[in-house]
Amino acid sequence: MAVKHIYETVIGLEVHAQLLTKSKLFCGDAIAYGAAPNTHVSPITLAHPGTLPKMNKKAIEFAVKMGLACHCEIEKNNYFARKNYFYPDLPKGYQISQHTTPVCKGGYISIKVNGTERKIRLNRIHMEEDAGKSIHDADDASTCIDLNRAGTPLIEIVSEPDLRSADETYAYLTELRKLLRYLDVCDGNMEEGSLRCDVNISVRREGETRLGTKVEIKNLNSIRNAKRAVEVESKRLVDMIERGETIIQQTRSFDADRSVTIAIRDKEDADDYRYFADPDLTPFLLEDEFIDRIRQSIPALQEERIKKYTGQWQLSEYDSQVLTEEKEIADYFEAIVQHTSNYKAASNWMTGPVRSWLNENNKEIDAFPLSAQKVAELIQLVESGKLSFSSASSRLLPYLIQHPSAQPELAAIEQNLIQQSDASSLEPLIDEVLTKYAEKVQEYKKGKKGVLSLFVGEVMKRSKGKADPKVTNELLLEKLKA
Amino acid sequence: MFEFSSIEQYHQSLQEGNITCAEAVAHYLEQIKKTGRLNAFIEVYEEEALQKARELDNQRRQARPLGKLHGVVIGIKDVLCHKDHLLTASSKILEGFTSIYSATAIERLLTEDAIIIGRLNCDEFAMGSTNENSAYGKVLNALDETRIPGGSSGGSAVAVQAGLCMVSLGSDTGGSVRQPADLCGIVGLKPTYGRISRYGLIAYASSFDQIGIFSKNIPDAALLLEVMAGADDFDSTVSERPVEQYSSSLTENKKYRIAFFNEALDHPSLDPEISKAMKGTLEDLRQKGHNVQPVEFDLLEYIVPAYYVLTTAEASSNLSRYDGIKYGYRTPVATDGLTEFYKETRSKGFGKEVRRRIMLGTFVLSSGYYDAYFTRAQKVRKLLYEKIKLIFNQFDFIFLPTTPAIAFRIGEKMTDPISMYLADIYTVMANLAGIPAISVPLYTHSSGMPFGLQVLSGRFNELSLLRVSNKLMEQYPKQK
Repeated sequence: MAVKHIYETVIGLEVHAQLLTKSKLFCGDAIAYGAAPNTHVSPITLAHPGTLPKMNKKAIEFAVKMGLACHCEIEKNNYFARKNYFYPDLPKGYQISQHTTPVCKGGYISIKVNGTERKIRLNRIHMEEDAGKSIHDADDASTCIDLNRAGTPLIEIVSEPDLRSADETYAYLTELRKLLRYLDVCDGNMEEGSLRCDVNISVRREGETRLGTKVEIKNLNSIRNAKRAVEVESKRLVDMIERGETIIQQTRSFDADRSVTIAIRDKEDADDYRYFADPDLTPFLLEDEFIDRIRQSIPALQEERIKKYTGQWQLSEYDSQVLTEEKEIADYFEAIVQHTSNYKAASNWMTGPVRSWLNENNKEIDAFPLSAQKVAELIQLVESGKLSFSSASSRLLPYLIQHPSAQPELAAIEQNLIQQSDASSLEPLIDEVLTKYAEKVQEYKKGKKGVLSLFVGEVMKRSKGKADPKVTNELLLEKLKA
Repeated sequence: MFEFSSIEQYHQSLQEGNITCAEAVAHYLEQIKKTGRLNAFIEVYEEEALQKARELDNQRRQARPLGKLHGVVIGIKDVLCHKDHLLTASSKILEGFTSIYSATAIERLLTEDAIIIGRLNCDEFAMGSTNENSAYGKVLNALDETRIPGGSSGGSAVAVQAGLCMVSLGSDTGGSVRQPADLCGIVGLKPTYGRISRYGLIAYASSFDQIGIFSKNIPDAALLLEVMAGADDFDSTVSERPVEQYSSSLTENKKYRIAFFNEALDHPSLDPEISKAMKGTLEDLRQKGHNVQPVEFDLLEYIVPAYYVLTTAEASSNLSRYDGIKYGYRTPVATDGLTEFYKETRSKGFGKEVRRRIMLGTFVLSSGYYDAYFTRAQKVRKLLYEKIKLIFNQFDFIFLPTTPAIAFRIGEKMTDPISMYLADIYTVMANLAGIPAISVPLYTHSSGMPFGLQVLSGRFNELSLLRVSNKLMEQYPKQK
């Protein structure tokens, strides 16, 4: 069926991010993903009679941090409300949430798609507690409840309906996750559910100013699936309109295997959650001093770092982008350049041998066995001519990874990798080579300068790779002139 | 035979060797058995109390340092968590539930060597004024067994009234300590909201609830308050202000500034005999040189409705946790789906009055009705708050009746909840405003039943409140 009109897709996202606090939002239970079920459950988490919540101040700090990084306005007068509903994994029968009075208002996240930059406005960021987990497939007859997660602090980041395509949705989520990770606010792991995304989507004919009826797609478990869900759903909605069908407000889920969305329930009546201020928690004021302290604690974000890398350190735009893509990589890189001012070399080591090792071993940078200082020492060894880059990266580095406590220079000596650069040890080798290739020497003298590299290569071979190529070159030229 | 008059006296007798803690506990156990028909206790910790008493007797003989409440025999309302003990809030929905932790207040009593003798009957989830809404049956007033003891802490009041323990704890959300104290002829103290931690007190209405004390005299109440009050990491609403040594500073000779409301003393619902008695006391105090003055108070008609809107709203949410999923009663009926399961469990687990209040509270918070009820009631509360603040800028105390009438007959008002709610007219003010209040047993009605005088003071002014109450009890001793 041919589409008769041009349509525009309008997308808004609600993203839940679990905060990296040590304990829960309203009690001292530890947050531990993957722990045995119901092992981090105090009487408070279990909502035993008589228990009361007590606020975790660290969570507020994290929420404000994210708000500041997203250019939000920070609300100083705050309180928590109760959102009342019944569900077995909600032990109190209400969720404590800032839903009605978010701590961060407005703000935006910048995205770049096909070279065009856009600011995606945020509606708000608010704090709330997570529910437990209902596990429906562990037992044939029963639903099992794990309350370890109940009470984990979350922030909900709600965008305005500013996104217009699946690619923008992808870019927004990528940027959002990068921010959360840069700020150390959330680990951003969508598979483990520490980052969860609901998509609100509608379509309208281009030029139309009113929004179409929206559909909500719940619980997308990867950025890629969010993108695919938008593609699939916008097509479904356009097809419905083209067929003259009426779109009803629905909550749907995305089946990644079949690439379809499935209706979960119609949303004709809005739920009545009977919000009211939680009388167990006193309202709290955020002092300017507190907000300033958080502002100062925010680490340099990607844009800022790129500016420094390309400016002060004269790295290419491309390298800077690659180095800053993950905060931890950028941090490691910056730790190297604390010990060396050869920024370009440091960048090459990061994007070359270090990156390869991480990829081959499927590890994150925090699992890289060598300290940044040792990598800086490798750079210095190469820079001073004691070691060639190739033997440093292909021979010394693997050795050091096996022996992380070894001293790079000592190891290079022990492993017999130090370059020969004194004429007295190189000259006999050069003489050997020139004698063996006497014919080629004649060709060189007749003007075939290209054979020089053959001589260098032969000398290298004889020195078992330790000859300093620069010095070798100079000595050869001298001899050939004679 | 052991006769209790005050904790101080008791401690003296212990020191002089005239009695032991074990003998005192044995005495109370016997009294409890004899008066079983009053139904004040839901459970008596017979063995445990005796055991604790013997340990304390040993400690005393070894001249080890003694706790402030050494051997004091205390009964607790069945809404207070006591580790490894059953806890039901007099409700079927908590059938068989054992608390896995202790309330902060209970911990503090035990640290000072109190002996907890048992759990006391009350209205289910502290909702009621007669102690007729209990899954464990009604409690009888020991002075006239055809009458109610008041509620919701009826068992706690009768336990002290009938000499079944030395002092007891209740909870006061809208008068649940002061009203039964009044109807039983004993002292009932509700401290300032936030003076005693609520951690471990089963919530009825969180912004109103406060643990309260029943005693025969003021010094005993002062001592218990002193032990239980103060900051607690587990309650964000409790005050961090230091706790005064109430019990050792009760004597004071001062001319007080006392306010009263003509709207209250001339209210049509008030028993004329109570009105007359109170007016007599006010006149007498004036003649003794105190500054006694009427203050205009035009909010009286609004405070009971505001109270019921706000408390039921909070209750509807507070009681959501009793859902049959995690603990307590669960319907044995095989239900079709989750909603049916909740309905069946909660309909059978909660009693009628509790269900009524949950529904009322759910209604006033529902969209479309929220502003007309909940928001307006909050406005009334704010107005009252301001008004009370103004009054205490000029006065030390407000004197009010505790209840409009003496204890009524069992069953008399069960069919008329509205008139029952309206009887809370004099007690809900202190909870709405968060101020401390006490019912002091000063009077005897022509029917032979007791009634009290209610004194209210400014926030955290318990010391003055206890001092004036002590003075009143000395100056106006009840004729026996």
